[in-house]
Amino acid sequence: MSLKNEINFTLNGVRKHATVGVDMSTLDMLRDVVGLTGTKYGCGEGECGACTVVVDGVSLNSCLMFAVDCDGREVSTIEGLADRPEGERLRDAFVAHGAVQCGFCTPGMMVQASHFLATHPDADAEAIKRGIEGNLCRCTGYKKIVDAIESVGAAAGHGGTQ
Amino acid sequence: MKVAEKHRTIERDTLIGKRIPKMDAPEKATGKTRYVHDISLTGQLHGKILRSARIHARILSIDTSAAKALPGVHAVITAFDVPDQRPIGVAKDHLPLKRDRVRSQRDEIAAVAADSEEIAEAALKLIRVEYEDLPVLTDPAEALKDGAPLIHPEPHGADGTHLHLKQGTSIAFTGKPDNIAMRFDYDHGDVAQGEAESDVVVENTFKLHYVTHCCMGVSGIIVEFDASGNLLMYSNTQVPFLHKREFAEYLDMDPARIRIIQPPIGGGFGSKLDIYPFEVICVFLARAAKRPVKMVFSREEEFLASPTRQPVVLTLRSGCRKDGTLTFRQVYTLHDNGAYTSWGATTPFVMMQTFSSLYRVPHCDYHTVAVYTNNPYAGSFRGYGNLQATFAIEQHMDELAEAIGMDPIEFRLKNAQGPGETSGQGMLFKSCGFKECITTVVERSDFARKHRDNIANRDKPGPVKRGIGIASMLHVGGGAKIYPSDGCGTILKLDDFAHVTLITGASEIGQGSETVLSQLVCEELGLPISAVTVVNNDTDITPWDVGVHASRTTFIAGNSAIGAAKKAKAKILAAAAKKFECAEDELELRGGCIVRADSGEALTDLARLMRSLHFSDKAELVMTTHYYEPPSVHQDKGFKGDVSAAYAWAAQVVEVEVDTDTGIVKMTHVTGAHDVGRVLNRLGIEGQIEGGVVMGQGYALTENLLIENGVMRNPNFRDYKLVTAPEIPEMDISFIESMDGEGPQGAKGVGEAPAICIAAATANAIYNATGVRIRELPFTPERVYRALRGQSQPPQWTRSA
Repeated sequence: MSLKNEINFTLNGVRKHATVGVDMSTLDMLRDVVGLTGTKYGCGEGECGACTVVVDGVSLNSCLMFAVDCDGREVSTIEGLADRPEGERLRDAFVAHGAVQCGFCTPGMMVQASHFLATHPDADAEAIKRGIEGNLCRCTGYKKIVDAIESVGAAAGHGGTQ
Repeated sequence: MKVAEKHRTIERDTLIGKRIPKMDAPEKATGKTRYVHDISLTGQLHGKILRSARIHARILSIDTSAAKALPGVHAVITAFDVPDQRPIGVAKDHLPLKRDRVRSQRDEIAAVAADSEEIAEAALKLIRVEYEDLPVLTDPAEALKDGAPLIHPEPHGADGTHLHLKQGTSIAFTGKPDNIAMRFDYDHGDVAQGEAESDVVVENTFKLHYVTHCCMGVSGIIVEFDASGNLLMYSNTQVPFLHKREFAEYLDMDPARIRIIQPPIGGGFGSKLDIYPFEVICVFLARAAKRPVKMVFSREEEFLASPTRQPVVLTLRSGCRKDGTLTFRQVYTLHDNGAYTSWGATTPFVMMQTFSSLYRVPHCDYHTVAVYTNNPYAGSFRGYGNLQATFAIEQHMDELAEAIGMDPIEFRLKNAQGPGETSGQGMLFKSCGFKECITTVVERSDFARKHRDNIANRDKPGPVKRGIGIASMLHVGGGAKIYPSDGCGTILKLDDFAHVTLITGASEIGQGSETVLSQLVCEELGLPISAVTVVNNDTDITPWDVGVHASRTTFIAGNSAIGAAKKAKAKILAAAAKKFECAEDELELRGGCIVRADSGEALTDLARLMRSLHFSDKAELVMTTHYYEPPSVHQDKGFKGDVSAAYAWAAQVVEVEVDTDTGIVKMTHVTGAHDVGRVLNRLGIEGQIEGGVVMGQGYALTENLLIENGVMRNPNFRDYKLVTAPEIPEMDISFIESMDGEGPQGAKGVGEAPAICIAAATANAIYNATGVRIRELPFTPERVYRALRGQSQPPQWTRSA
């Protein structure tokens, strides 16, 4: 039905080869071809952030990026983040602050939070809210998510709210 | 667990009221949790549904031949392939696959199971359906008129409607002579007398709109039949045991052959309380294809084919005396039921509690009809009608207070129900912190001063006006006896290492029930939370529970878990007393040890005692069961009776900034006080309340499912606006601990409560800011802008052709 392409990219630090359809999204590749299901489908239209990944240092909605465009790039997902020290700190903060309820938005929220803190080390609560405004959560009302992210930023010796 | 050292003493400790992190949070945060979307069975096919291209039409023919011929397609089914299908839903008026007629945009006509989603979608495009359009009915008021087109006409020969239904069964639906899906009539006292005793009477009409749950995880199901024909479903349902029973009925199967596994659920909020066509259709597909079938919605499909909150037109007339005593209340509500009947039609059951019992009202009557239209159908949604009822009642309280020149807080306090009172509807308020909720939020928000200043500042220059408003609520907090049983079962076992497996009927939908239930068990057994594993997701293992609804899980499943833990504790202490040759009441369980109650001296650790029981001549394992049935009653035919074992109360104050140049309303602060009985898990309960407040904020300000001529105009997150992080208000939440005598450790339910007051309080805040009262939701910039200028409102929440 669709043309297949061979792509080579780095996924969570590991060299990866994949055969993907030209119309396949990065989200579908991660979930259905590679088998990493931590990245979630929430809307498929770039509106909810549940599928957030980092590609070459840029956070984006993987549902809006073609899988073929991963060729030659570095892709980082929640699975990669979870294994790194900053991911463990964020996870612990999300857990301790009660930032997780149904948990469906959480992986995307974690990836976005990690990326945001890396690029905005001095962010205060208001800046963090803007930093995650592309990630929808229906359970928590966001407050505890913001608190969790802020605590990690503050613990890292950055900014925090004054 | 360490062996108890000689003479070591252990202080009594408690987990109640602490901030206990949700037990499954680490795996959820790292993406390791497998939701239904993440599960694949070997050999599974992918199911897709063809929905109607018309809003109301006769189906003349369906041609699936081209779809069946497509390589990779394993099954294509229509109503003609499943002659044994039965109508589903609350009123059994809904055939999963439509045969003669489609009645709404979401209607299911055919379904495909194929090797991939792409092939299934391609196959759907090859299905040809011929329609003959019928008049579209989208205005519930029109639906009540004589001569209105009927949505579910009774069969009349040549038409053939419904003749395909299995005759002679108790659940066959043969249509309706009118468009009335359900009606409720309630009264206590004599409203005519109440009106005669009134100094002031106020009457208003309120309009409530469509919103929908927007669970972040879309609907999904995986169905598999084993070699013996047993049915296994991986389901998102909130009500697994009701689901099992109903599936058995709809599929004409022995319920013992149906097993439901609930993978972690990506949000519920009431949306998963009914059986929906896609679930039954997926079973049909698996049966036809003889392979496991997985069906997952797209987000657009989730909007189109999920239930909505019930849209309501509500006319409220009430009176009071000059001294501020409420005299009567008369309510009429017209509910748009949509094309089929789900739980939305029964929301008046909850609404009437607010009308009759939030305040002392000596005379009250309430009449309502839910009418069929060709709009989306309404289901159950957090709050269950109470957001709509409270929106009207709490604006009306302000209006009555103003009419008699009384302070709105004083007016509320004067009429507020108190502990020990029985309402006109027969609800007994054993624990009731209502007045404390009001006084707490008033004090913490500096309500009186701000309310006064805002009125004084209305005419000052500058476009932005500040407003503050209050609203209160009453909701069931100890279950709701709707079904023959409102109970929940628990099985509890301790192993050789004193590790507890808590097997509960209670479903977990993200609300944190597994953590609270574990806390309650640990409190009895003196164990840390890490000593518990919860099993809560498999009907072959877990004992019966009526389901997650009515804010009941902490209360009902909590009492059930405590009951099982107490029995285990009794066994343990009996064994320990024998071993240490003392009385049972001289011993306690603390820190994983058996200790002397008076000194706290550790005698042995629990694991060692467990092993000594197990490996003795008369070997014994500690395993207990408990079924808790709350002491509530079914209401009588007049809806009177103490339907819940406890009632939850709250007051919330909302502060807004209204930009009178643009109509934009910004919610800046929410101050809430909730009578929760007792805080069990402070972290969890804060999360429930903050999330509920923001859901209420969306209902008040941003969310609006636009239905035009039966067509959903905004089935996506771009045009259906959920609240995002930068928009949330500052939140100040207080807990009133009224220590309910029946509640687990004194607690009451709170899941739905926080969403209920927000829209009503926002309406009162906008009035405080501007002097303009808006009785229709949501408070979009356009609506507010027009209202401030006295202009007519844009098209209503639904528009007729």
